Formats: sequence, C-alpha cells, structure tokens
Amino acid sequence: MAGQRDFYWRRLHSLLGVVPIGIFLVQHLVINHFAVYGEESFNKAAGFMAGLPFVILLEIFVIYLPILYHAVLGVYIAFTANNNVARFGFFRNWMFKLQRLTGLITIVFIAWHVWETRVQIGLGNADLDYSLMEGILSSPFMFWFYVIGVVAAVFHFANGLWSFFVTWGITQTPKSQRVMTYVALFIFFAVSYIGVRTLIQFAYGV
Amino acid sequence: MAEHSTVEFIITRQDSPDSKPYEETFHVPYRKNMNVISALMEIQKNPVTADGKETTPVAWEMSCLEEVCGACSMVINGTPRQSCAALVDQLEQPIRLEPMSTFPVVRDLIVDRERMFDALKQVKAWIPLDGTHDLGPGPRMPENKRQWAYELSKCMTCGVCLEACPNVNDKSDFIGPAALSQARLFNSHPTGAMHASERLEGLMGEGGIAGCGNSQNCVQVCPKGIPLTTSIAAMNRATNLHAFRSFFGSDEAL
Repeated sequence: MAGQRDFYWRRLHSLLGVVPIGIFLVQHLVINHFAVYGEESFNKAAGFMAGLPFVILLEIFVIYLPILYHAVLGVYIAFTANNNVARFGFFRNWMFKLQRLTGLITIVFIAWHVWETRVQIGLGNADLDYSLMEGILSSPFMFWFYVIGVVAAVFHFANGLWSFFVTWGITQTPKSQRVMTYVALFIFFAVSYIGVRTLIQFAYGV
Repeated sequence: MAEHSTVEFIITRQDSPDSKPYEETFHVPYRKNMNVISALMEIQKNPVTADGKETTPVAWEMSCLEEVCGACSMVINGTPRQSCAALVDQLEQPIRLEPMSTFPVVRDLIVDRERMFDALKQVKAWIPLDGTHDLGPGPRMPENKRQWAYELSKCMTCGVCLEACPNVNDKSDFIGPAALSQARLFNSHPTGAMHASERLEGLMGEGGIAGCGNSQNCVQVCPKGIPLTTSIAAMNRATNLHAFRSFFGSDEAL
C-alpha cells in the first residue's frame, strides 16, 4: 500500500543498522585489533579480508549500499526531530538526541575514512597495510578525529541496538528495556575499547 | 504573608490564530488552595494587567476540573499539564502560562487538538458494534488483561504527550503516542480484536508508528501514567507480525 511506504522504509532502516552494518562495525574493529598483536598480524588479517572471494560484491552489498541507505534516511530522520532536552531532560531523551548527533558525526567520519583508505587503495595511491594507518594516525589531529569518529559510531550502534529491540517489538516492558540499556552500555564500552585500543597502537605503537 | 497577597501570572496571549503572540502580566489576589483555573477565573472577572491596563479576558478551555477530560492542558512554567490540577501553592512564581506549542492556537491558551482526533480516526480507535440484528453479548475478557487495558483507557486526548514528543512537529507527520496506545487498547478488547488488522494498517500508514524515535518523553509526562512506551513497543511487534503475515500469508492474519 502506497501510504505504508514510510513504515517499510523505516523498518528497513532499523534492520540495516544492525544487520549488516552493526555486525560489520564490530567485525571491522575486531579484525583491526590484530594491530595490537603486531604489524605482521594486522597485515595478515587485513590481507585475508581484502582477499575474500567476490570482495567487491561483498563490500557493495554488505557495506556500501546499506550504509548509504542508512545514512541518507538517517539524516532526514535527524533533521525532522525538534530536540527538546532543555525542556525535557530525561535520560532517554538525551539518548534520542545523542543518537542523531552521533549519527551525523559518524557520516562525516566514515566519508573521510573511506576516502582516505579504501578509495586511495582502490586508486592505487596507497597500500592496505599497517603503515597506512600508522601514517594517518601519527598526526594528533587525525588521532583525535578517529577517536571521536569511532566512539560516535560505536555509541550509535550500541544505542541503536537498544532502539532496534523496541522497534522490532522484542523489549516491551519497562524492565526489559532497562536491562537492555545496561546491555547496550556494556556493548558501548567493550566495543569502544576494542576500537580505541587499536587507534592507540597505530598512533603511539603501544 | 505579603508575598502571598497576590500571585503573579505571565501569560502568553494571542488574539487570533494568525496574529502574533504577546505576553501580559497579571496580579491575582491570593486565595488558599487556588489552582491555575481559579486564578484565570479571577482574571476573567477583572481583566486588568499588572500595570493597570484594561485588557480582554484571557481565554482558556476547561470542562471536568478533575483531570479526566484533558481540555485544560497548557504549558505551566515550562511543563505541559492540566491547569485544573496545577495548584498555585506548588508552583514557582511568577507562574508562566503558555498554550501548548505543538498545536495551532485558537486564542490565548486555547489550542486546536483536532489532529489528535484525526489520529484516532486513522487507527480506528473504536469498536464497531452495530449489526442488522442483535449480535448478543461479546466474548469475555480475561481479568488480568482488563486490568492493564483499563490503564490505557484513561487516555483523555489531552495532548501533553504530543507536546513533549520531539518527533511531533511541523517537519514530520507523526501522529503521536496517544493514538498508538489507543490502537493497542481496542485491539486488546475481545470484540475490538475482530478488527485488529484494520487498526494495525492505520498504525502502518502515513505518520504512524514508524514516526516514533523512542525518546520516551511521552511516558514521563503523561498525567495519567499510561504506559505509552510499552504500548508503542507492543504495537511495533504487532505491526511487524502483521506485515510478515500479510506478505507471506498466514491464517493468523485478521
């Protein structure tokens, strides 16, 4: 039904945020964490991922298209909200605002990150290895840009997972939603650690 | 006490739907246990501003005076609530009264809540009973279900949840939390459940349940304590199942 298009677009938006984007985010940060075990470990792991069969198709259908869709509709959603935390400073209202804010930060970060790594590698201007990231992150500005980008992306994922559970009608009772808040908080700290720890390794070699 | 001899009100006024809002200050003689409505009645009797200027009486809406009709909702010191239940002794002075900003202003503190009634029509928040012959008594309702459904039935369409919702605004067509919860109320009723799909279709329509962004302000501000976010999550599940059942096919679909 034509009048129900919004419903299906929004459900697709919610689904894609977790499957595949959320799964990809965690996988990406975990694989990168090989850097902490040494340059060779990282190069081996990154080489394995880059050498997957049909890698360009995997990238297009699992990463690029879902993120592009999620980003475009997400920006629309973010700008159709009238944030009102000044009047209604409840915890969930703050999460609502931060979800939209981190989404926008994440888009800027991802656009830059993809341009600087995947696109440059594709154009033959850079090689996918440890030294590429080491070169980028040895600049303190880029290090903090990456820290903010990664933490924003992880927050957006963790809090988005909380909303996902409501949107799909899994957590209905206030109690289950509260428990899910703690689960999301744990995911936020754990995945942020995995990501930021890797950045520190690239930037400072420790 | 001297400070209690009068109560200061700063009221946002507007002469017509299209005119510009302006503020007027009033000093109302204090009476014990007075509420915002009794103060507005004083202003109506003697419409003179604090600096002695004669003005028109402030217009507002009211009906039940016991927080069950929802007509007298307004923003009092920044909080949307019913003015009948707002006791002057419990409010910080000066007391600021504004119309709810989500709705078009008719005059002064009177707003037009018609969009809420349109939303109830969209989700078919009623139970069709009429037949061409006596349909007899409906199916019975389990007591525990009746108890939670009763809580949902306390909704008075007052508009406070829409006022607090960040997604109910000019830029979006979201119908707001109240109607989503009413769809759940009527779908939980054994007779109403016979038309459950029609209400779910309404929820899936334009401005429907997908417009919710889970800020959960609604459940915090609802003067009747209705578990609005539980209703929204329940209707999320119901609309998802309905969407799957209608697409893939199911005998469970109503």
